[in-house]
Amino acid sequence: MEKSAVFNNSKLLPYALLAPQLIITFVFFYWPASQAVLQSFKREDAFGLVSEFVGLENYQALFAQPEYYKSMLTTLVFSTLVAALSLSIALLFATQADKNLKAAPVYKTFMIWPYAVAPAVAGVLWFFIFHPSLGTLARPLRGMGLDWNPLLNGNHAMTLVVMSAVWKQIAYNFLFFLAGLQSIPKSVIEAGAIDGAGPMRRFWTIIFPLLSPTTFFLLVVNIVYVFFDTFGIIDAVTGGGPAGATTTMVYKVYADGRLGGDLGGSAAQSVVLMVIVIALTAIQFKYVERKVQY
Amino acid sequence: MVEHRPWNDIIAYAILTLGVFIVAFPVYVAMIASTHDAATVVGGRMPMSPGGQALENYYRAIFVGGSRTAPEPVGRLLMNSFISAIGIAVGKICISILSAYAVVYFRFPFRKTAFWIIFVTLMLPVEVRIYPTYKVVADLRMLDTYAGLILPLIASATGTLLFRQFFMTVPDELLEASRIDGAGPFRFFWDTLLPLSVTTISALFVIQFIYGWNQYLWPLLITTQDSMQTIVTGIKKMLVTTDELAEWQLAMATAVLAMLPPVAVVVFMQRLFVRGLVETEK
Amino acid sequence: MANVVLRDVRKTYAGGFEAIKGIDFEVGDGQFCVLVGPSGCGKSTLLRMVAGLETITSGDIDIGGRIVNQVEPADRDIAMVFQNYALYPHMSVYNNMAYGLRNRRMPEPEIDTRVQEAARILELGTMLDRKPKQLSGGQRQRVAMGRAIVRQPKVFLFDEPLSNLDAKLRIAMRVEIRKLQRRLKTTSIYVTHDQLEAMTLADILVVMNSGRVEQIGNPLDIYQKPATTFVASFIGAPPMNLMPLRADEIRAQFAGDSRAGSEAGILGIRPEDFVISSETIAGGIALDLTVEAIERVGAETFIYGTRQHEIQGVAANPGDLPPGEVIVRIPGAVAPAIGERIKAVAPRENLHLFSADGRKRIDL
Repeated sequence: MEKSAVFNNSKLLPYALLAPQLIITFVFFYWPASQAVLQSFKREDAFGLVSEFVGLENYQALFAQPEYYKSMLTTLVFSTLVAALSLSIALLFATQADKNLKAAPVYKTFMIWPYAVAPAVAGVLWFFIFHPSLGTLARPLRGMGLDWNPLLNGNHAMTLVVMSAVWKQIAYNFLFFLAGLQSIPKSVIEAGAIDGAGPMRRFWTIIFPLLSPTTFFLLVVNIVYVFFDTFGIIDAVTGGGPAGATTTMVYKVYADGRLGGDLGGSAAQSVVLMVIVIALTAIQFKYVERKVQY
Repeated sequence: MVEHRPWNDIIAYAILTLGVFIVAFPVYVAMIASTHDAATVVGGRMPMSPGGQALENYYRAIFVGGSRTAPEPVGRLLMNSFISAIGIAVGKICISILSAYAVVYFRFPFRKTAFWIIFVTLMLPVEVRIYPTYKVVADLRMLDTYAGLILPLIASATGTLLFRQFFMTVPDELLEASRIDGAGPFRFFWDTLLPLSVTTISALFVIQFIYGWNQYLWPLLITTQDSMQTIVTGIKKMLVTTDELAEWQLAMATAVLAMLPPVAVVVFMQRLFVRGLVETEK
Repeated sequence: MANVVLRDVRKTYAGGFEAIKGIDFEVGDGQFCVLVGPSGCGKSTLLRMVAGLETITSGDIDIGGRIVNQVEPADRDIAMVFQNYALYPHMSVYNNMAYGLRNRRMPEPEIDTRVQEAARILELGTMLDRKPKQLSGGQRQRVAMGRAIVRQPKVFLFDEPLSNLDAKLRIAMRVEIRKLQRRLKTTSIYVTHDQLEAMTLADILVVMNSGRVEQIGNPLDIYQKPATTFVASFIGAPPMNLMPLRADEIRAQFAGDSRAGSEAGILGIRPEDFVISSETIAGGIALDLTVEAIERVGAETFIYGTRQHEIQGVAANPGDLPPGEVIVRIPGAVAPAIGERIKAVAPRENLHLFSADGRKRIDL
């Protein structure tokens, strides 16, 4: 898609219009991103004074670390749980809200606002509720005989970050599912009813297949969300612990670079992450093609 | 749905009410906690109804700061958050509406290259390149400055794509009529395109304000002085002590304050918010 | 006030597609020129080239004695009415009209005088504060006209300005545009694909087909003496009946007339030139038809018949009759029954003859 009516006589103006964005993009995006790639092939001393080219050593060291595989597994578990839970819960709510209820718009308003809560704040809220000694809900858990302690127990910590992340992501998924449901023509569903399909059967044979583009889109967006936006939750709730039980790949980039000072290793991890994200985005591209037809 | 069975609606209402309850519960608890005194909160037997310390807690959080853990009053952090969130939103709108205008309404060598250079930034969020970006900002002496908080976060393609998409829907004849009416590139932009873009600009503003307000990793990294923190990073610092000593009632008051502006934006500008969300992401 | 002259104007797109293949014509000062043709014939492109919205590959466009090939649209002293009106949606009716004048730094009092005058002529006086969204289609059309009028340009350009209106409004606006143009005496070029609009509006009619001019002239001349079979079937509704005739048929039909030649050709007869009669007319033509369908529209009736003797059919142009089918128009509503056999006759002076390729008219 291209405009046919354009300004033809301006030679310099378009470059001037592009300049602010291009300059910012080069300074704060391309330059650092290329530095990350370069740095991943170098080793620096603790003060950043000497650096030498070490080839793939950083990568070899990275893939020799059991902790790195552990963070990959953690990321996998974390993203699967968050995506699966937040998508299915949001779909449940969205199908109910799509039932032509009078109060549906009100419910919608009450459902979507957690999107606006910062991940770190969401983490703090859930941490407070499930705090082992003063949490409102930790007490009943203990009452049931569960030795609840996310500060010490890795599984409990994971449960807590998953809950926080799901809580925050439901809003987004709900909104898109509801829009997807509302775009399904009512006549198709009515035709299904006339053909004798009950509500459940209609859902699985008509609505769910028609919703699959939305679901797929959300799946990719959710995975990207889990990768990056949950950093605040993890840092606020567990700090990656206990004993690395909630250290995702992104958190490890941060932790290794900052606390460990291993910039080469951290950069190598960044590059691995970049490759993963580019792959994810490439999949998503199939869905934004409409938008980018250059 | 096709069937008209009353119990069907009742189930729907029940499920949705449960959902709203789950969604609201953590926030409700935080609000309750922010109205009690420290001993009640830490004691672990906090009631589920508001206490009488609300004014004092919020006053202390905003103007005084915590006694042990958070030396900086939240008032200052709120201001930092507002400045950087508005800076990010306005900055992104300005640079992206200009670049989209160039890409859509002009023909020049390297036009597609320029578009792709911008487009690629969609793929890599700041999180994967934090340290090199940190180094650039440090070299530019932007640590602990608003410029450092804002500029690296506006280098992204979402705004450009959104405006490009909108500009493509503006009829070609409007530009042609403007040209016949004697308007050049500046006049057309200012008199026609900008007024027509108001809704798109507002939607993008809402989304970017929330995005900017909720930033965590980046402000955490580049602010070393407490006075330059944003409120979202400030909360975390309130809890980084031995837990028993954390002033939870102040932390919860701060959490409520940190949620208030973006949540208010979503609730009161729901239409723009939904529009912005759907259009930037699809 | 100005004339517009096009000299061998051509347009070739970057891909090599030749949209305009060399066009010459002149529109005299104050004349109303209509460009008509099927969609894709290049008429809108040509108009936009006159406006300066499209570049010219070669040739000259001359407005009021000045060659404007390289002149910006704003400096050509033209005004244009677009098909979708292109009103500025965020500006009031008043500002829509005033915008072009303000850009030219005209003093506000004079702008006001002109806008008020245009509003009075177009009966928009009560709507000056409204936004285009609050107007009906016809009102928007008037605003678009007003925007052109206030400029007092040398030339008005109209790009299918009525095609977004419903049929009734279209006819009313057509009459108004013509009245307005007579009154303002501004040279006008008007693009349409509607041959009826073209016939009723034009002082000069330019019939275009695939980037070329098929015929230029006053509308009645074109109707009466179409230069090609394309023009014959495009101008006039229903279209002229075209019947390919073999060389021997030509000789038989036009016995003794050397101008008809002795080669195969295409015979044309307008539906309205037939009479249903049992008598043949000397020198004229008589067709034996079987009535297939009847369309009664009140004042007149169209009879669709098939010829009973076979003539090889070559449908040369879109809109041509299927081979063997003939349309006859008769006044009134009394018509033969379907299946009935009738004889349709036309006098010699109403026959049109074209070369076999349809590109040339043979005057008899």
